[in-house]
Amino acid sequence: MNDVLLAAAGIILFTVGAGLARVLYGPSEVDRMMAVQLLGTGGIAALLLAASATDVAGVENVALGLALLSSFASVAFVSASPVRRASDSGEN
Amino acid sequence: MILFNALDLGLAAIVLGVAAWTIAARRVFKAVVGYVAYGLLLAIVWVRLYAPDVALTEAAIGGGVTGVLLVSASTRLQRLPAPDAPPGAALKIAAALLSALVAGVLAAAVLYLPDPARSLAPEADAHLAATGLGNAVTAVLIAYRSFDTMLEKVVLVLAVAGVWSVAPDRFWGGAPAPLGRAAPDAALVFLARVLAPIGAVIGVQMFWVGADEPGGAFQGGAILAAMWMIVMMARQTEPPRISSGWLRLGLIAGPAVFLLAGLAGPIMASSFFAFPEGFAKPVILFIEAFMVLSIAITLPLLVLGPPNREAGR
Amino acid sequence: MNALLDLFTVLAVGAGVFFFLAGSVALLRFPDSLSRLHALTKADNLGLGLVVLGLIPRAASPLAALKLIVLWALVQLGSATVAQMIGGALRRREAIE
Repeated sequence: MNDVLLAAAGIILFTVGAGLARVLYGPSEVDRMMAVQLLGTGGIAALLLAASATDVAGVENVALGLALLSSFASVAFVSASPVRRASDSGEN
Repeated sequence: MILFNALDLGLAAIVLGVAAWTIAARRVFKAVVGYVAYGLLLAIVWVRLYAPDVALTEAAIGGGVTGVLLVSASTRLQRLPAPDAPPGAALKIAAALLSALVAGVLAAAVLYLPDPARSLAPEADAHLAATGLGNAVTAVLIAYRSFDTMLEKVVLVLAVAGVWSVAPDRFWGGAPAPLGRAAPDAALVFLARVLAPIGAVIGVQMFWVGADEPGGAFQGGAILAAMWMIVMMARQTEPPRISSGWLRLGLIAGPAVFLLAGLAGPIMASSFFAFPEGFAKPVILFIEAFMVLSIAITLPLLVLGPPNREAGR
Repeated sequence: MNALLDLFTVLAVGAGVFFFLAGSVALLRFPDSLSRLHALTKADNLGLGLVVLGLIPRAASPLAALKLIVLWALVQLGSATVAQMIGGALRRREAIE
């Protein structure tokens, strides 16, 4: 059972890797912003599976922290990205 | 087990790939995204190395706060005129050689460790009961090496002072530029209203359980900082003026309380920075509470940067 | 009963992994940013939801299971917001290279 869960975690990490290759290459900046989101979701899934399969304490806490922080980082990237809008030119 | 090895190899390969991509990126924004991705991946690596506390801190600092700091710095840099000449080949080669040297020395140090490596972990665990804590990492931070931790918090205050000192004289006392756009996305406002309160509760909980499980003051404070920054990005609250009294008080509260507790050591217990026997855990949690406050205030201040409007506005 | 729960876990986690794989394939193959965004936020979140569902029977206590569900809800919240924000930026076509 633990092996199944660990194998699942490994496959998810592999999909994250493949997805990363794509979004980091992506033609526009917007594609790259998705990398953080991808890592967040995939990383949390892999961590939860690993937490259930092994018995390291507190990995769910790491997943919880990762959920909050990857949301924060993704949102910050979109919010602070070098996007220019007519209304923004007067703002700082 | 083969499964573990395959997992580890795959993870290492991805980490190295992202790191290489980050260095090779030609534009700042690309490099920063790569850096944040690298930080989040490293958090997973730390979990694989059985260090959940470090994983949380890596995700918070490397993945979250530093990434946002770099992005807003790069956005501001783009508004400045371009430098006269980009760094030449000689500088790049020198930087590459220096980095390779440091990485090589670190790798050699790790690979040539005696087997089994000498470690103080068993002794740290043995004395855990005296501190009343269940988490050895917290014990090392606040009990065994409390003086070092206090000095680290002082360094954070110095960093904020350094960031503020970059402001021109006429802006001193004013507020930094807002973190978000003038007309924030409605979705972001929604997130700020729903996620931020929940995240704040989780941050406090992360600090509280740090006494016995992975977590702790720094991790909890970093999550609180991230939540405050989300609220600022959604323009639901504005960056505070740096002359504000409560801001400065909160900034120094952590190291100040820590220092006072240490100075009270000779009175309460046996010596400077000693905790009273049997009463250690409440004192530790008391100190940590103020540290959480300071960290939650310091990290956003570092991201916000120096003030750029006059105090009156 | 235990065997039934184990079977449920394996099925749910398997379905979750399938959706993660599908999401990654979509990321690699879809022609433009908006569809890639859709693949990322919808398929991956569904995958995470199924993984969480599969891990609930293995939770140490009802409180731990609740923690898993709260975690999934938070990820939903965050990724829905990010999807909207990135979609908005794309639609306005203002991202400069």
